[in-house]
Amino acid sequence: MTVLDLLIYPDARLKNESSPVTVFDEKLHQCVAELEETMRAGPGGVGIAAPQTGIFQRIVIVDVSIKPKIKHHGCLILINPEILEWDGFEIGREGCMSVPDYTGNVIRARAIKLTAQDQYGAIHEYDMEGYEARAVQHEIDHLDGLLFIDRLVSRRHDLFQRKVYKKSNKKTK
Amino acid sequence: MLTLVGQDQSGIVAQVTQALYQGGCNLGEASMVRLGGNFTMMLMVNSNVDESGLAAMLSPVADKLQLHVHLDAIEGRLHQHPKTDVCINVYGADRSGMVAEITARLAAAGLNIVDLSSDVGGVDQKPIYIMQIEGVAEKGMAPLQQALDALQQQYGHEFEVHLSPIDTLIM
Ligand SMILES: [Zn+2]
Repeated sequence: MTVLDLLIYPDARLKNESSPVTVFDEKLHQCVAELEETMRAGPGGVGIAAPQTGIFQRIVIVDVSIKPKIKHHGCLILINPEILEWDGFEIGREGCMSVPDYTGNVIRARAIKLTAQDQYGAIHEYDMEGYEARAVQHEIDHLDGLLFIDRLVSRRHDLFQRKVYKKSNKKTK
Repeated sequence: MLTLVGQDQSGIVAQVTQALYQGGCNLGEASMVRLGGNFTMMLMVNSNVDESGLAAMLSPVADKLQLHVHLDAIEGRLHQHPKTDVCINVYGADRSGMVAEITARLAAAGLNIVDLSSDVGGVDQKPIYIMQIEGVAEKGMAPLQQALDALQQQYGHEFEVHLSPIDTLIM
């Protein structure tokens, strides 16, 4: 198995748009396996998109199962993913294997409905929320040539206010 | 480390950084914030020129904008970002000693503060104090939560403190 080299910003290729996958063959399966290996090689990595390794195809892997006590679908292989619906928004702290030594706050939809093919070409639909939804949105951005640093919001203001609000709400009930 | 303080006016950052650029300096991490109507900035500057040379380089623009300039030789390296994992919000009626009390308890409970900002708002007669802290919980979240619970017990009628984890997703 091979751990692939990652493109690191300011590598301009991270801004490329990736093309849909049309052939679901052994070569694709090999590519998916190598991407997963590369994702797991990074410390704490919960997702990877093919273009991060210089493969400009719409392939994403997300696995947030290392995060305790959250809803998730396990290891998701998403080919040609498309978000159908967005619901709510949340600020969260993100980092990217292609942008080392920097983290920042990004607003993402809290929950999404997603359609994607698996590595055999079958179409699936997923409802997801929280970390998993955030990770998928981050990875789909890579397919469109967008990085989380394109979407930064202030580190200083209104951090995590939603969460705090929810908590104190519960207390007074 | 270059520290600049003065009356706020537009164009300070542009004029100062232009002078530094023309003097062959490289800029690193910086923080500029307006505090009580004053311009304040701390800026890491990398230069072959020594401190007196930098001071001379800055003096025309500092004189023109009436800025206080302070320089300290420091070691500045890349990749020195600690991974913050906790965020603490405090707000309440403005009272002297509050920040000292809270930060002392948090420090004892293992908090290493990486970023702190506070504001005074509200009306003149009854100002309110709002503080946001980000840091590293060196002994984990539990002792911090205990420290804050104790504070809340003691001063709950005066201010509110909230602790939330910062969970960074790397993708
Ligand atoms: Zn990324």
